[in-house]
Amino acid sequence: MTQIIFYIFGSILLLSATLVVVIKNPIHAALFLVLSFFSSAAIWLLLNAEFLAIALVLVYVGAVMVLFLFVVMMLDINISTLREGFARYFPLGIIIALFMMVAMSLVVGSDYFLSDIYTQANISSTQSNTKLLGLTIYQDYLYHFEIAGVILLVAIIAAISLSMNKTKITKSTHPDEQVLAKKNDRLRIVKMNSEEKES
Amino acid sequence: MISLPEVLILGTLLFCISVAGIFLNRKNIIILLMCIELMLLSVNINFIAFSYFLGDIHGQVFVFFILTVAAAESAIGLAILVVMFRNRDTINVAELDSMKG
Repeated sequence: MTQIIFYIFGSILLLSATLVVVIKNPIHAALFLVLSFFSSAAIWLLLNAEFLAIALVLVYVGAVMVLFLFVVMMLDINISTLREGFARYFPLGIIIALFMMVAMSLVVGSDYFLSDIYTQANISSTQSNTKLLGLTIYQDYLYHFEIAGVILLVAIIAAISLSMNKTKITKSTHPDEQVLAKKNDRLRIVKMNSEEKES
Repeated sequence: MISLPEVLILGTLLFCISVAGIFLNRKNIIILLMCIELMLLSVNINFIAFSYFLGDIHGQVFVFFILTVAAAESAIGLAILVVMFRNRDTINVAELDSMKG
C-alpha cells in the first residue's frame, strides 16, 4: 500500500517536473512547480518527515512560489524570444540528462543500498518527529540555526535594498540635516522701507 | 514497503530532469531559477530518504537548513531579476553581455 502511494506521488512529481521544464508559459510552469512541491511533500510524509513536509508546503508553496508567480505576472515577458533555441538545444539537453541518469543509476541502483543497514525504518516510535527535530536543532545545531537566521536577515536586507525604488516619493525627514541647520540657512532678514500711507 | 534505491532513483530522475531543463531553457532566467529549486528538492529527497532508512534525525536537520538557504536564494534571485528587468526591459540571458570584453 505504501509502495503504491509512493509510486503514484513519484510519477506525479516526475510528470510535473517535466512539464515545468518544457511548458511554454512561465505562469503554468510555476503552477506545475507548486504541484511537484506538493507531491514531494506527500513523499516526505511517507518517509516519516512530517515537520519538513508541512514546512515545505507552508514555506515553498505558501511563500516562495507565490513570490515566483508574483514576479512572473509583474514582468511583461515576451515568451517567443525566450523560447528560441529550445529546439536547437533539445537533443543536447536530453543526451546530457540521459548520460547523467545512467551514471547516477549505476551508483544508486546497486545492491549496496539494499543491504541490511538501510532497512531499519523508524527513527523513533516514542517521540514525534517535530519534537525530535526541535530537540536536535536547538541542542546540537544551535549555532547553525542562528547562522540560518542571519542568512535570512541578509536575504531580507538584500531583497529590499535591491528592489527599493531610488526615486524620492516619500516625505521622510533627515534629522542630521535638521540638527545641523543654522538660522542663516532658513531665515533671511530684509531691510526695506515701510510704504507710504496713501491719503 | 519502500526500499532505499527506489527513493534514490526518484531523486536522480528529478535531478536529471532539472539539469535538462537548464539546458533547454537557457534564455529564460525564471525557468532557470525554477530548475535550481527542483535540483535542491531532489537533494532534499535524498537526505530524507537516508534519514528514514538509517534511522538518523540529522539528515532532516540538513534538509531544514537547505530549505532556509534555498528560500533566501530564490528571494535574492527574484529581486535581482526584478531590478534587471527594470533597468534593461528584458530577462533574456543572451542579451546580458555588457561585461563581455
